[in-house]
Amino acid sequence: MSESVIIAEVNKGTVAAVTAELVSAALALGTTPTVVVPCTDASVADGAGFEGVSKTIAVKGDCFTNYDAASWAAAIDAASPAGIIIAAATPQSKDVAARVAARRGISIVQDVVAIEGMNLTSPIYSGKAMQTVSLSGDAAISVRANVFPAAASNAADVSVVDQSGDVATAVQEIIARASARLDVSEANIIISGGRGMGSPENFSHLEKIADTLGAAVGASRAAVDTWDDIPHSMQVGQTGKTVNPNLYIAVGISGAIQHLAGMRSSKYIVAVNKDADAPIFSHADYGIVATWEDALPVLESAFSSMMA
Amino acid sequence: MPNIVVLVKRVPDTNARIVVNGDRVDLSAVKWVISPYDEFAIETALQHKEAAGGTVTALTLGPPDADKVLKDAKAIGVDEIVRVWDDSWAELDSNGIQSALAQAVTGLGADVVYCGKTAADTGAGSTGPGVAERLGWASVSNTTDASFDGGITVSTPVEGGSARVSVSGSVVISCDKGSMKVRKPNVKGIMMAKRAQVNVVSADAPSSTVAIVSQTPPPAKPAGKKFEGASSAEEVVRLLRDEANII
Repeated sequence: MSESVIIAEVNKGTVAAVTAELVSAALALGTTPTVVVPCTDASVADGAGFEGVSKTIAVKGDCFTNYDAASWAAAIDAASPAGIIIAAATPQSKDVAARVAARRGISIVQDVVAIEGMNLTSPIYSGKAMQTVSLSGDAAISVRANVFPAAASNAADVSVVDQSGDVATAVQEIIARASARLDVSEANIIISGGRGMGSPENFSHLEKIADTLGAAVGASRAAVDTWDDIPHSMQVGQTGKTVNPNLYIAVGISGAIQHLAGMRSSKYIVAVNKDADAPIFSHADYGIVATWEDALPVLESAFSSMMA
Repeated sequence: MPNIVVLVKRVPDTNARIVVNGDRVDLSAVKWVISPYDEFAIETALQHKEAAGGTVTALTLGPPDADKVLKDAKAIGVDEIVRVWDDSWAELDSNGIQSALAQAVTGLGADVVYCGKTAADTGAGSTGPGVAERLGWASVSNTTDASFDGGITVSTPVEGGSARVSVSGSVVISCDKGSMKVRKPNVKGIMMAKRAQVNVVSADAPSSTVAIVSQTPPPAKPAGKKFEGASSAEEVVRLLRDEANII
């Protein structure tokens, strides 16, 4: 059996849930995975033990204080055995995996959503088509979240490697997001509004539901282009962010191809639109034909009583 | 003064319908354009030149068909246009593409490289960081709001917000949109672009270890359930819990 290296996804100082899914991806490739945990405190790696994983390496280095692609790739590469590199398809991990692959002179396949033997499938043209490639040698791959089942947790057998890299960038300041709410790229549930919301002030109705569900608030390109108060960072779609949450709720969004490209791979899609013929409905698991003014209060109270 | 290179890629217009014929996408009828994020890279490169002087060279990898996006970049305002190609290349994988681009960047004597955060065809985002690694350079990805006071300072998303990050040495910057408005070509630019010569250079590329097996239409989604009226929202929430098990 060949070897693989899983680069653990670490959020807020803990190993993120997607890491367990990467273990399943490694096993689907027929490889034996070693989990590598980039950290400044090796105890983080205690959370990186899984069924099917024999070895966990905490790569402990000062360079992991802030994200710096060059030093992260150098330190992770130095601490990792040979084999197929597997990372989560988050913006940061795709970036670091690309550098690790380049360091090793191997290729990279991003955004994998299916594995069969050495054949990997990823969306291309923003999900308007799928592409399957075959690997004939070591490569790096990134795997989308919510695709593979999570491997069961197990006690981690952690070895610590002190390894830092030369930091090439200097962080001048970190600007916290104004709201405590999640970014669409980090959220498992997203509720998005389109131009059908009528005004940016009306997004407060989406925020209320988002707060109930612990969701992020997104927007269509039409909304971002129309209202200055809706920042591009909220935009879901081809020139915004590509997301695949467990649940995507589209409110007052007609379903332009631009928008569909960014959210069509969401596990469940709910659409609220007053136009029964809106294209979004042909992509929705559950469609509600109603105005948002009528539907959102009902949604909110139903979600609230369920979460209570 | 900085020697600035901007990487551009020829991709199908993002509004194009993607048709699959047999086991490959059929792009014979699509309109080809500069990948949208590469336009933000061109804009950032031109702003860098306006602030610090120097030259901006647009670089692409591809057969002669790719000259069009170089001429489009020239019309927007880049100084030089260069294409790297070897007729022996068929389907290069990321390793081959990044190696060839890194050689071309070195050949041009660049100090800084801009590119789009992803290309609109693959959406991968590997080229910027991958080329940087091969050059031994720093890289910052998904950047917005570049400023040029001494070095280069950009904003990049981090957990819980964004960071202002500065770089003093050689760097590859992969650009996002942010609040940027890109300049459009003017008549003079278009006329100049028509006469502009594409400088074609060659490079070595390692053989590919990733081969395309098939390209297929996206899986069709089973028809969903559609309800009339706001009161059905209650039923939908129940289904999300009991049928989808998602809440």
